[in-house]
Amino acid sequence: MSKEREPLFSAKNMKLITGPLNMSNPVTVQILGICSALAVTAKLKPAFVMALSVTIVTAFSNLIISCIRKTIPSRIRIIVQLVVVAALVILVDQVLKAFVYDVSKQLSVFVGLIITNCIIMGRLEAFALGNTPWRSFLDGIGNGMGYGVILLVLGFFRELLGAGTLWGYKVIPDSWYIANGGFYSNNALVLLPPMALVCVGLIIWIHRSRNKSLIEK
Amino acid sequence: MMKFLRNYIDRIKPNFEQGGKFAKLHSTFDAFETFLFVPDTVTRKGSNIRDCMDLKRTMSMVVIALLPALLFGMYNVGLQHFRALGDAASAASIMGCFWFGFLKVLPIIIVSYVVGLGIEFISAQIRGHEVNEGFLVSGMLIPMIMPVDIPLWMVAVATAFAVIIGKEVFGGTGMNIFNPALIARAFVFFSYTPYISGEKVWVAGLSEMTNVADGFSGATPLGDAAVALTEGAQTINWTNGATPMDWLIGTYPGCIGETSTIAILLGAVILLWSGVASWRIMFSVFAGGFGMALLFNAIGMNVYMNIPAYYHLLIGGFAFGAVFMATDPVTSAQTNTGKCIYGLLVGALAVLIRVVNPAYPEGMMLSILFMNAMAPLIDHYVVEANIRRRQRRAISK
Repeated sequence: MSKEREPLFSAKNMKLITGPLNMSNPVTVQILGICSALAVTAKLKPAFVMALSVTIVTAFSNLIISCIRKTIPSRIRIIVQLVVVAALVILVDQVLKAFVYDVSKQLSVFVGLIITNCIIMGRLEAFALGNTPWRSFLDGIGNGMGYGVILLVLGFFRELLGAGTLWGYKVIPDSWYIANGGFYSNNALVLLPPMALVCVGLIIWIHRSRNKSLIEK
Repeated sequence: MMKFLRNYIDRIKPNFEQGGKFAKLHSTFDAFETFLFVPDTVTRKGSNIRDCMDLKRTMSMVVIALLPALLFGMYNVGLQHFRALGDAASAASIMGCFWFGFLKVLPIIIVSYVVGLGIEFISAQIRGHEVNEGFLVSGMLIPMIMPVDIPLWMVAVATAFAVIIGKEVFGGTGMNIFNPALIARAFVFFSYTPYISGEKVWVAGLSEMTNVADGFSGATPLGDAAVALTEGAQTINWTNGATPMDWLIGTYPGCIGETSTIAILLGAVILLWSGVASWRIMFSVFAGGFGMALLFNAIGMNVYMNIPAYYHLLIGGFAFGAVFMATDPVTSAQTNTGKCIYGLLVGALAVLIRVVNPAYPEGMMLSILFMNAMAPLIDHYVVEANIRRRQRRAISK
């Protein structure tokens, strides 16, 4: 082969990871996966576990589909993709139930619903079917992380403002609360999904005002 | 003096124009100049037919119409406070009550205006727009629909939320879907529920009082009714033996500006006389609420459904919402038929929420916000129906 082999972490490959973190973020730019982003981010810990689960499922389903992409008949590719994703989701679900049962209870149906997460099917269709396994794997990691970053930001602010805690630990001192003679009160609205949608809107607003190229004419 | 001011403004004006030192602060300068002097810029092209009702005058009329309710609200704050203390002598002094209430309410008004206008100025600056009068009314409405004991920072946060999320993101004054003042109240209601519901917050200082007079309760009539409903009581125990006459005059606990139906109706007269508010909306809200209450009377399944229908129009924020909130020309329906449908549904929904869901004692806020969202839909169908009717007429001839 005359062409030199591309290094594993070449600039082009690294772009697959950094791109979704910023300019092609699945949540704030492609507006995918909003539903679960609103549902699981009332607390930081479930948000983190969810982000991790989605990253793993996206990365490995991308990898597997990319490996068998040349043997999948295109007429039944959706059902093949679903089988792969469903198998991975069941694996993740069982692992969560075994090791972090309380978080698994909090996430409830949303772990199972990873299978319907638009980001995963979107990446399989748009990327894994046409790229090599390694690049698909990186793309899956990148998109999972891009989704995860938004979840963590949402979870951070919603838990801090809504419950006064972070990762379950008290951050705002008890003496600040009105009941204890202070002035502060938690904001219950932030814990409700409608306010989470407003928060996603605010993140998109900040993101676009920092990257003018994202603003449509 | 005027001449001196004019000269001074003319002298510093170049600094704020394009290329000047403070060109960035153009909107701020412009706002203060038009505040002090009538602007001399006129429309140059085309023919324009205008009457005297510009935005500034409309807003000023609404603020004037709000004054009776606001002044009475201040008096009532003092009255309820002294009644809670059992201090009959102080409660009898009108000026004493008013002064006490004035000092309690003024900080809330100041916070609402400073935060709201501050954000309006900044956003006008960023967009390069002129600062307009859009916040004048909202800034006055927000304190009037808050309980008197609300912590000031909650008012500030709610006002900021209402102006940014409720108004500026849609494009500013005249572009908002929801009534900004009600957004502020809904924000407080869902965020800091204990500070805008219950029996303590409606009377100044009641939650910290240790020597509350025997038999005094700070519960609102809506609270009384909701409690009677959830406890399955046979009769509603109205707070402090209040009668419909008290509700008409307004001497009972409630949000600062909402209690006195008479003062609100006085405001309604000013609004209708000056043509600022739509009589169709105002009338149909009352009709809708009354009709719904009569319907509940006919069903009569529980104690709340059985209260006389006109009670609903007197207690809580019904009258205030009907006169000042539902008639907001930006967020209500625009067509005449649409206005009637919109008003009827606002009133009917408010009573429906009150009676059927005692978890939300004040249905007016939620029903107006909901109908704000529905107003464009109502207008759409009214216009479509009109088009179809005219088409039929044209074809049949």
